[in-house]
Amino acid sequence: MSPIINQTLQLADTCLILGQRNSEWCAHGPILEQDIAITNITLDLIGQARHFYQYAAELISKSENKTITEDALAYLRTERAFKNWLICELPNEDWAHTVLRQFFFSSFQLLLFEELEKNSDSQLSAIATKSIKEIKYHIKWSSEWVIRLGDGTEESNNRINKALQILWPYTGEFFMPADYEIISVGPLQEKWLLSIKEIFDEAGLTMPENIFMQSGGKSGIHTEHLGFILSELQYLQRAYPGAEW
Amino acid sequence: MNIQIRKFYYGDIPEETGGNSTSIKTTQESGWPLWEIFIRSKQGLDHKHAGSLHAADAQMAIENARDVYTRRQEGVSIWVVESKYIHATNPDDAEMFYEPAADKVYRHPTFYDLPDEVKHM
Repeated sequence: MSPIINQTLQLADTCLILGQRNSEWCAHGPILEQDIAITNITLDLIGQARHFYQYAAELISKSENKTITEDALAYLRTERAFKNWLICELPNEDWAHTVLRQFFFSSFQLLLFEELEKNSDSQLSAIATKSIKEIKYHIKWSSEWVIRLGDGTEESNNRINKALQILWPYTGEFFMPADYEIISVGPLQEKWLLSIKEIFDEAGLTMPENIFMQSGGKSGIHTEHLGFILSELQYLQRAYPGAEW
Repeated sequence: MNIQIRKFYYGDIPEETGGNSTSIKTTQESGWPLWEIFIRSKQGLDHKHAGSLHAADAQMAIENARDVYTRRQEGVSIWVVESKYIHATNPDDAEMFYEPAADKVYRHPTFYDLPDEVKHM
């Protein structure tokens, strides 16, 4: 498959898998208002995933001369075909883990999509433009939570520090290029670290240093958690092929 | 059982509790005060009361309001105010406050013939 199809699938899978993880909070949020907030973000992510899947389906259908649908891409591919970043598939721990992951994710997503916006592919550029407005809000929402928990009580500070230990080793993958990527991700790292540091300073958190960074998601090598997500996500289409609402 | 019934009387909410709670056990969320939300649906119109919600501070109240009350494009501007700062009339005073106006039809400008040129009255 062409680099542009792989890149589009990576972005689609990434948004879908984090959307699926976040959706586990639906009706379980710490308070009604925040339950709605995380569910809204989840719907934004699934909306972004759909845009990318639809475009990927169009490209694949054209290049392989058969009809592939967005549903087939989301529901009928296996773990090794999924290219999502590993951080998305990590199981939920607590609210601190969820907001910190969203903060890391959205902060990088913004930088990546600003590059994508400049891409010569007009469809990818248009999806990026539309998504950036949503992402900016996701960053605002999650960074305020990071500050609130980091600079809150002893309990909240412990929890967000625990989340930091779990999540940090999965942030390096953002900046490790995959062979098909059409955007050069390495140079985004410095800007990303700066944006994280700004909020961490306010939250009283310290960035870990010299930590081994996990990778593999972009090329289909996943943690053991992805299989479980997919079996839940894909169950209906696997059990009742072609089922529709 | 952890059932909580909260009653609010605007203007009568004590500072410390932010509400008159009749529950036996308090839930975690009772720590967050109640906020009244006002939404302007489009430029030029006034802000209208949309409802209320819980939030830890004004910033969070605005964001919660954005997620709860404007996700279907209901608004372009949000005001929030902590419920305890709203002062209201007492329902017991309704008789003397409102009923005297009931038989004073002459206060309505319905006894004039409007010229055809005047529209939107």
